[in-house]
Amino acid sequence: MGLYSIKLPDVGEGVVEAEIVEWYVKTGQTIAEDDSLVDIMTDKATVEIPSPVNGIVKTITGEPGDVMAVGTVIITIETDGEASADEEETPILRQAQDEEKEEKPIPSLPHPEDVQKPTSKPHPEPAEGRGENTKPLASPAVRKRALEQNVDLAAVPGSGPAGRITHQDLDDFIASGGRLKVRATTLSGTKRTGVSTQKIIGLRRKIAQNLAHSKRTIPHFAYVEEVEMEALETLRQHLNANRSEGQPKLTLLPFLSMALIKVLPEFPQANAHFDNDDGIATKYEAVHMGIATATPNGLMVPVVKHAESMNIWTLASEIARVCAAARDGKGTKDELTGSTITITSLGALGGIASTPVINAPEVAIIGVNKLQTRPVWCDGAFQPRKMMNLSSSFDHRIVDGYDAARLIQKVKALLENPATLFM
Amino acid sequence: MSKTKKTNVLIIGGGPAGYPCAIRAAQLGLDIILVDSGGLGGTCLNRGCIPSKAVIHAASRFEEISAHASAPAMGITAGKPKLDMKALTQWKNDLVTKLTSGVGMLLKSAGAEVLNGWAEFSDAKTCVVTLADGEQITITAQNVVLATGSVEVELPFLPPTDPRVLSSTSALELEKLPKTMAVVGAGYIGLELGIAFAKLGTKVSFIEALDRILPIYDVQMTRPISRWLKTHGVDMHLSSKARALTKTGISFEDAGGKEHDIIAEKILVAVGRKPVTTGWGLENMGVDMDEAFIRVDDQCATSMRGVYAIGDLLGEPMLAHKGTAQGEMVAEILAGHRRRFDPVSIPAVCFTEPEIVGVGLTPDEAKTAGEDIITGKFPFAALGKALAMQGGTDGGFVRVTARKSDHVILGIHAVGAHVTELSGEFALALEMGARLEDIASTIHVHPTLTEGFAESAMTALGQPLHIAR
Repeated sequence: MGLYSIKLPDVGEGVVEAEIVEWYVKTGQTIAEDDSLVDIMTDKATVEIPSPVNGIVKTITGEPGDVMAVGTVIITIETDGEASADEEETPILRQAQDEEKEEKPIPSLPHPEDVQKPTSKPHPEPAEGRGENTKPLASPAVRKRALEQNVDLAAVPGSGPAGRITHQDLDDFIASGGRLKVRATTLSGTKRTGVSTQKIIGLRRKIAQNLAHSKRTIPHFAYVEEVEMEALETLRQHLNANRSEGQPKLTLLPFLSMALIKVLPEFPQANAHFDNDDGIATKYEAVHMGIATATPNGLMVPVVKHAESMNIWTLASEIARVCAAARDGKGTKDELTGSTITITSLGALGGIASTPVINAPEVAIIGVNKLQTRPVWCDGAFQPRKMMNLSSSFDHRIVDGYDAARLIQKVKALLENPATLFM
Repeated sequence: MSKTKKTNVLIIGGGPAGYPCAIRAAQLGLDIILVDSGGLGGTCLNRGCIPSKAVIHAASRFEEISAHASAPAMGITAGKPKLDMKALTQWKNDLVTKLTSGVGMLLKSAGAEVLNGWAEFSDAKTCVVTLADGEQITITAQNVVLATGSVEVELPFLPPTDPRVLSSTSALELEKLPKTMAVVGAGYIGLELGIAFAKLGTKVSFIEALDRILPIYDVQMTRPISRWLKTHGVDMHLSSKARALTKTGISFEDAGGKEHDIIAEKILVAVGRKPVTTGWGLENMGVDMDEAFIRVDDQCATSMRGVYAIGDLLGEPMLAHKGTAQGEMVAEILAGHRRRFDPVSIPAVCFTEPEIVGVGLTPDEAKTAGEDIITGKFPFAALGKALAMQGGTDGGFVRVTARKSDHVILGIHAVGAHVTELSGEFALALEMGARLEDIASTIHVHPTLTEGFAESAMTALGQPLHIAR
């Protein structure tokens, strides 16, 4: 018999603590080598820890959302004789220990559960959850209280046997403001009474914190302008049609990036970081272009470093590469931090305007809305034109509204006359 | 010019629905007038539950002594007992008087005003009460609770005016035991009374239109009763229709259309009960009906604002405890509480021989409701206490029906001597949402009949202690 202790590993970059994101095992569970044990997260990297051994989970420390110091023992695994003996090298962890406390196998007393369980089961074990479409199970006193409090018991999760709702369950439900969830299935035509809760942890918590901080501290100035895209679209299509092998397909983003790169030297206050604490705005000559990206884990902002040094093709491939890496969860820390200005595009989804939230400590974010053919009054008649809106937000403490508007107008001029982008 | 009164709550009917409503409403500080004409306690105390149980108890006692007289048992020999029917009825009447005057006391101490008279409504909130002495009082109420109850259904060809024809009420008033009796209707009232008379020594014959007795229960449960009737010389004519009074008794037509005569000194009509909805101005109240019954929502509110109806007026099951629960609930609603009538079950019992109790769904009802079930049946023949009380040989049992997936109990049924007293635990199990494991793991006192419930749960779980498998 051996006991493996697995410590919260140092996943690099000198971090001293990490957050438990999700446990895949529970106490008493039998696990095999390489089974996933837990996800932990530091900064923006989430790492899955596999089991180095076969065995039974004895203890688990820390709940999802807990931030723990590197080196803390987070799980112990009891192994059978064979696997415990040699200290196996595991791909990620070297912390696993073999504490040889009990060399002799002790014939243990049968567990109480073993005694109670009959050898043959006449019936399957009853399910613990509440069945589908059945009346909530609760005592008359609980039903009465629920009615008095105007609580629909069908929405209350029951912790008792067969999902019975106890007074405590009702208290918890009321205390949660009705946000606890019940295991219920939705049938067509029936009322949907279920609510679900999500523990906001990991990346989602980071996103929540950052955006809340941003919205709370930054006085946003929003500005929406429309851009005529006929010429640029013609150019883009031409370039795509004639691109050489190995060159990426061009989207609008590299063009917009180029426009920004071109005008930002004129508006250094918009390509800056401002951290209110020290009262200093840092203006950058380099343009590290953040690209807001929806990933399966949530919003991320991969960064194209030194975008100002790239041509349209390099820009296009760099944007594609960092975004794909972020989506696949393979983005490095360097690729996920350090932007000086951000582009956010909801273009594909449609929408005529948006009010993007600034990616603090940056001071500007440029939003792209859908390119659509719209009637435009031109030369005394309505004409169909490819139009696109830019919805942008600026930190009004650093960027004056007038300057912000001028910046966007310059971007507009460049995009409407795409030849000037390359001059 | 008649006197006028104004009140917060006016309750019509002082039966087991109306009087608890009055007591609770008065306790909650409401101004109450209760109008009653048939005696406080209603059918239950005066003409139903309690007096019939008294007669049934006496009949059982008489039968036991008779049994000892004809064949010594348990080492006890007795002389042939003699029955003084008039004295029995008087004893029963004394009991009733004691209980009904108790109700009057309770109402008084709670602070409810009781008027002994007949109310007639001119509109939903106004009625004229004619008191016993002829005085008339006009009452205007903010809220009205209707609890007028029900009466026996009569058959036109068996008029209650004929001295040979008995209702369930007059059957409890006899001063002389009839030698022969025909009972029309083998529902619970007919069976309870018919069996009691059979125990007292009357030759009893049943005429039942359906092909079985007690149709709300399954055959498994009624079999012990059928067996008792058979072994005690009670004739049961099923699928038969009572036709007419004859010189010697009553005639009926059997399933094949053949006419038969039964010699019967008395004919007890027990074909059901109907709500009392006429003679008191219901038609002036603007209340929606549901065929013969008053339509209410789950708070017992009628279609007329401020008018509630409770008890037998609402239809089946016509049971005192249902009316009581509704009465209490309406009182609390009137006091501003949030209440809803949502019992898991309304338990029901029959004081037949042997007794029957049913709570929740029978296995057949559960299957019809789409449930996948398991059941556990435990016979009283395997229970020491039942045998020690000579109760184990009548074919009685406890049967529990539970959902297969989560073992939540859906119904509990029992038949056997004294099993009606188990109804409380059965009802509690359902209301609390008990699973089989809850019952099986509750320590049940030995030696009592309640062990049978625990054993039935264990049986459903496949682990009975006292049945060989």
